[in-house]
Amino acid sequence: MAAFTLKINGREHQIDVDPNTPLLWAIRDNVGLTGTKYGCGVAQCGACTVHLDGQTLRSCSLPVSAVGKSEVTTIEGLNSKEGGAVQKAWAALDVPQCGYCQSGQIMSATALLELNPKPSDQDIDLAMNGNLCRCATYVRIRAAIHAAAKSLEG
Amino acid sequence: MNAHVKPATELSRRSLLKAGAGLVLGVYVARSGIAFAEDAPAAKSVNIVPNTFLVIGKDDTVTVLCKHIEFGQGPFTGMATLVAEELDADWAQMRADHAPSNPVLYKNLLFGVQGTGGSSAISNSYEQMRKVGAAAREMLVAVAADEWKVPAGEITVEKGVIKHASGKQSGFGAFAEKAMQLPVPANPKLKDPSEFKLIGKEGAVKRLDTIAKSNGTAEYTLDIHDPGTLTVLVARSPRFGGKVASFDASAAKAVPGVFDIKEVPNGVAVYAEGFWPAKTARDLLKISWDDSKAEKRGTDQLLNEFRALSKTSGALVKQEGDVEAEIAKGGRLIETEFVFPYLAHAPMEPINAFIHWKGDTASARYGSQFPTPDHAVIAQVLGLDISKVELKTILAGGSFGRRAQQSTHVAMELAQAAKAIGPGRPIKLVWTREDDMRAGYYRPFGVHRMRGVVRDGKIVAWADTIVGQSIMKGSPFEAMTFKDGLDSTAYEGSNDIPYAVPNFRCDLHQVDVGVPVLWWRSVGHTHTGYAVEAFVDQLLEAAGQDPVEGRLAMMADKPRHAGVLKAVAELANWKGAKVEAGRARGVAVVESFNTFVAQVVELSMGADGPVVHKVWCAVDCGVAVNPDIIRAQMEGGIGFALGHILYAQQTLDGGVPVSGNFNTYRSLRINEMPEVEVVVVPSTEKPSGVGEPGVPPLGPAVANAMAKLGLPRPTQLPIRPGDTA
Ligand code: FES
Ligand code: FES
Repeated sequence: MAAFTLKINGREHQIDVDPNTPLLWAIRDNVGLTGTKYGCGVAQCGACTVHLDGQTLRSCSLPVSAVGKSEVTTIEGLNSKEGGAVQKAWAALDVPQCGYCQSGQIMSATALLELNPKPSDQDIDLAMNGNLCRCATYVRIRAAIHAAAKSLEG
Repeated sequence: MNAHVKPATELSRRSLLKAGAGLVLGVYVARSGIAFAEDAPAAKSVNIVPNTFLVIGKDDTVTVLCKHIEFGQGPFTGMATLVAEELDADWAQMRADHAPSNPVLYKNLLFGVQGTGGSSAISNSYEQMRKVGAAAREMLVAVAADEWKVPAGEITVEKGVIKHASGKQSGFGAFAEKAMQLPVPANPKLKDPSEFKLIGKEGAVKRLDTIAKSNGTAEYTLDIHDPGTLTVLVARSPRFGGKVASFDASAAKAVPGVFDIKEVPNGVAVYAEGFWPAKTARDLLKISWDDSKAEKRGTDQLLNEFRALSKTSGALVKQEGDVEAEIAKGGRLIETEFVFPYLAHAPMEPINAFIHWKGDTASARYGSQFPTPDHAVIAQVLGLDISKVELKTILAGGSFGRRAQQSTHVAMELAQAAKAIGPGRPIKLVWTREDDMRAGYYRPFGVHRMRGVVRDGKIVAWADTIVGQSIMKGSPFEAMTFKDGLDSTAYEGSNDIPYAVPNFRCDLHQVDVGVPVLWWRSVGHTHTGYAVEAFVDQLLEAAGQDPVEGRLAMMADKPRHAGVLKAVAELANWKGAKVEAGRARGVAVVESFNTFVAQVVELSMGADGPVVHKVWCAVDCGVAVNPDIIRAQMEGGIGFALGHILYAQQTLDGGVPVSGNFNTYRSLRINEMPEVEVVVVPSTEKPSGVGEPGVPPLGPAVANAMAKLGLPRPTQLPIRPGDTA
């Protein structure tokens, strides 16, 4: 066990855990933020996607000891204008079905738009193909990303 | 009824009294904010005492208690649409939550117990929920008439506002308490469909669960962190039917955060403060397994056995004319063997469940798809009367059939794990993805051997010998699904093909294998749909007929099959379209759960296999309640089917499941998702379900498009077995 200070959504959290604990479980079980999901534990599904210093990260595959001073953003702390546009587009198109993958989808989609305000279909494929959706809501995810990009233009 | 909180017993007695009078409605003042408001800041599940279907709050909110589990297929929105339509509510005031476990009030009218399955949510609730809305409307109007001293007939209700020409008006909340005192009308007048404002109207409603599912607040079982909760991981036998011989937990016990380790009937349970310590400790357990009764066959061996059986006749399911005599007459005999793998459901949220056993009482909370049997088994294992056990269904991260456990194995494991450490601490049973993938309950492995005769451009004989495992054998559904000792879900779709063929035979070898199997999104149609639709296409090709015209010619008495087939042909411009070089199209039509779906697939061949560019889909599900949810289910069904047809299989090596995660059990990714265009065929038939029927036609349509490119139709699925992530 060891003490760590995690900076999540702008707040510091002290936790005392096994240094190998994946960031995902520290966020969920120790910090108590449950919007970030577990789907595979091996960086294959993207349900656990968070932002680490603004970049997408599969939180199931990074030990807490490697986070250091980096800033973590989870779905609960998503407040960029791109994040808001993505969430609005998700609602307008009723993207989610079971919803379980959608925090991860939204984190990836937001990071994409923060980097690339006008992504092509191919850009979307590249940015989003690490996020599985077993309900296969992909048609709407794609449409919603384009819609969010459009809403950010004006 | 007063606005303050009533004790649970009083509320349930009251509502049961009402229900006992043959009524399905209770109106009471909500005791707190309920989940799934479009504008709710945080949609946390609220435990609701057993009530009936409708809760009208003083704040005018209308909450529908949904007896079906919401795992993406849309019953929250569907049930609320039906109620709001007849109640003349405004969509913005509608909410939904899961009904608690209570088979008297909330039984599925199709199965007689509370449960979701068979794409039945809308079909079995269509009238029931409309009556709830209509009854509540009549009661509210009666109160208004009394208060305003005007005739009830002069009162109108529109978008949640009760009005009289005198200028008097009110929302629902102000009259809810008084309405509760009135007798519930047994036969309230329902609207004529021409008066519908929400049902079947494009854009009239939005999903009630979207917001909570887009901001991380929707609560799933994995998210339950009640104070003191221990996470439980169970080490289970690697082979089906294995038992613990002995185990050494000394290293595991030393892991910080581990609370206890106990043997349970299924294996060895680790109780810890959170997932990571539990997982770390479980990995350190040393267990030796007694495999004397375990299934040790691998899928290669099963295939050899099934294949040999398929060359002999099985138990007769259906026969017309004389297939063998027709074969003897000559013509072109075509024989094709289709092999279907075991498939895992792999819902995005792996299996899990929560319970707090307090000694005299217990309360469980999880995504239970069959609350009635789950509830009973929890009470039985804990030795409690069922009235002392609460079971609340909450949102689940997908199911595809996996959470409808007729064996109640998860409820049982949950209760056994609670029992093993005794009452006090709440426990959350968590399965890892690997647990979920390797635990069985698969779509059964199976073989279809098809034989057909084409003579003079016509299909004159058709035989289908199926080898497969029964899903229903030994389950509470055996009586309902077995006919003449055979599981009808093993052959559904194969015995009643929509094509008129004069000589027909379907038979089945029902084989026992020690691998637990389960219904998987569209059940028997997952394989019969493929076998029938790929084979009919093959025969039509041999007969020199067009896949659409040829099918239609044999469907004279199947108007709804023909209807969707024509609709999809028109949508895709089947006859006139100029298909790009290197691409080809295939078609298939399958009815499942009384819903008819036809799909046209356009694909090309990439370096590693087919690349599907577009799918056109026509669906006839009777009255379309929520067109956008129907479209969403077709899109999702298509993507789900395509991923499995291309990549998915669970193989067994000496009885041990090989795939444990998405790196080997490949799932469709966004870059592989085709464009989808859906047409909902207008219909006045009784509404039927859409959760499953989008799945079956996709696979054979892919196979048939490949054939158009001169390739063989894949006869062993998946199409790209070696492909991993
Ligand atoms: S849980 Fe991290 S990628 Fe699946
Ligand atoms: S919405 Fe269910 S997994 Fe994506």
